[in-house]
Amino acid sequence: MTLPDIPLFAYRRPNGKIGIRNHVVILPVDDISNAAAEGVARLIRGTIALPHPYGRLQFGPDLDLTFRTLIGAGRNPNVAAVVVIGIEPNWTAKIVAGIAETGKPAAGFSIERAGDLKTIEAAARKAQEFVQYATELQRQPVAFAEMTFSTKCGESDTTSGLASNPTVGRAFERLEAAGATLIFGETTEVTGAEDKIAEQCATPEVRAEFLRLFQAYQDFVNSVDADLLGSQPTQGNIRGGLTTIEEKALGNVEKMGRCTIRSVLQPAEEPKGPGLHFMDSSSAAAEMVTLCLAAGSVAHFFTTGQGNVIGNPLLPVIKLSANPLTVATMSEHIDVDLTGLLRFEINLDQAADLALHMLARTINGRLTAAETLRHDEFVLTKLYRSA
Amino acid sequence: MKYGILMHEPHDDVGVAVMDLTAGSEVGAATLEGQPVGTLTLAEDIPLGHKVALRDLTAGHKVLEYGRPIGAATQDIVRGAHVHVHNLKTLRWSK
Repeated sequence: MTLPDIPLFAYRRPNGKIGIRNHVVILPVDDISNAAAEGVARLIRGTIALPHPYGRLQFGPDLDLTFRTLIGAGRNPNVAAVVVIGIEPNWTAKIVAGIAETGKPAAGFSIERAGDLKTIEAAARKAQEFVQYATELQRQPVAFAEMTFSTKCGESDTTSGLASNPTVGRAFERLEAAGATLIFGETTEVTGAEDKIAEQCATPEVRAEFLRLFQAYQDFVNSVDADLLGSQPTQGNIRGGLTTIEEKALGNVEKMGRCTIRSVLQPAEEPKGPGLHFMDSSSAAAEMVTLCLAAGSVAHFFTTGQGNVIGNPLLPVIKLSANPLTVATMSEHIDVDLTGLLRFEINLDQAADLALHMLARTINGRLTAAETLRHDEFVLTKLYRSA
Repeated sequence: MKYGILMHEPHDDVGVAVMDLTAGSEVGAATLEGQPVGTLTLAEDIPLGHKVALRDLTAGHKVLEYGRPIGAATQDIVRGAHVHVHNLKTLRWSK
C-alpha cells in the first residue's frame, strides 16, 4: 500500500517546483513564427521547438486560453529555459513575462523589422546560452509530494475501465496520501458518471462548480444541435466492446480512485494545492495532455485499451494497457503491461505497484515509449473561431 | 486459465470476456480481487473485451455494470448472450 522505495532525483527550479526533464524550449507565439522557432531548434543542439497553428486574431476567453497554455508550457518545471519568438513584440513580451515569473531564464524575439534570418540568429545565440546553462543543472533528491501528475485514458475499451483505469486510481490514492498534486478531467467523457464525481468533491462549493461546468458542456452540445452519440463512444471504443457513454464514463472515472476532488480547474489552470483536481477539458488526447502540461504536470499516466499512441514534447506520457492484443501488437508504445490483471495473476495493488515503479523510473530519467518514438503532440485547445 | 469473465461488481448484470470465448463453452466469472461469481454457458461467441449477460434481462431493463446503469436493454437478452450496440442503448443524449 505504499510508494516505491526508490530514491528520486529531479530538477529543482528557481521557484522551488520540481521537474523531471530539463528542456530548453523554443516557443512560437503564433503560427507564422513556427518557421523561425524551428530554424533555431535546428541550429542549436538540445533545444526543442513547439510549432502550433494558432495565436493570431483570437479574442476573449479563447485568446486567454492560448496565452495560458503557451505561458503554462513555458512555466512547466520540466522546462529549464525558454526562447519565445513572435511576429510582433507585445504578445511576445507578455508570454516572456508570464514565464519569467518562475525565475527561470526566458527571452523574447520578434520578427517584424528584423525578418526571419536576423531573428533566428539572435534567438539562436540566446538559445545556445540557455542550453549551456541547462546542461550544467544537476538532478537533486526529491519526493513524490513535491510533484504534480496527471491522467487520462484514450482509445478505451472495457479493459480500461475494468483493469488499467482502476490501477491508476489505486496509484493516485497512494500519491494523494503522500501529498502529491494530481489532475484529471475530460468534461464530456464523464457523462453518466457525473454523480460519482460529485460525490467525491471535497465541499458543496467544489461540487456546485463541477456540476455547473458539466451542465454548461451539456448545454453547449444541445445548442449546436449536435449528436455526440456518433462520436461518444468512438468507433475504436465500440470495436473494443464499449457500448454506451455511461459505460465509458464509469470506466473512465475509475482513474480517480477514492481520491477527494479538491478543486475544479479552468483549462490549463495550475492547481493551488495538493490532492486531486478536476480540470475542465476536452477528451481529445493531445489537447488534454497539453492542458495538463500547461497546468504544471510533470508526468502523465495514460491508460489505453485499443492502443492510443499519443505523446507530448515536454510531458512524459507513461502508457499503460491491460489489453493483451494491444500489448502484443503495439508493444513499442506500452510502458506498463497490465495484462496480468486479466489473467488473474496479479491484483490491483500489485498492478498499482507496477505503475508507480514505472513512474519512479520515469522521474529518474527513463524515457517513456512515447518519448523514444518522438510522439511530440503539442495541441492547443481552441474554444471558437478567430476574428 | 481459471476464469474467462471479469466483473467489476459481483452483482453486475454483465461481465467482460478476458479472452475470445466460444459459444457453448462453460466459463467462470470473477472480480478483479479474485472473488468467484459463478459459471455460465455462453450462448454466443464473445470477443475479448466484449460483454456477456450474467442473467436473463428483459427489454427496457437498466443494465448494471460498475454497480450502476450503463444503458437500457432494447430487446430481451438471455444469460450467456453478447451484450453490445445491437441490444443495449444509452439513456443519455437521447433525441
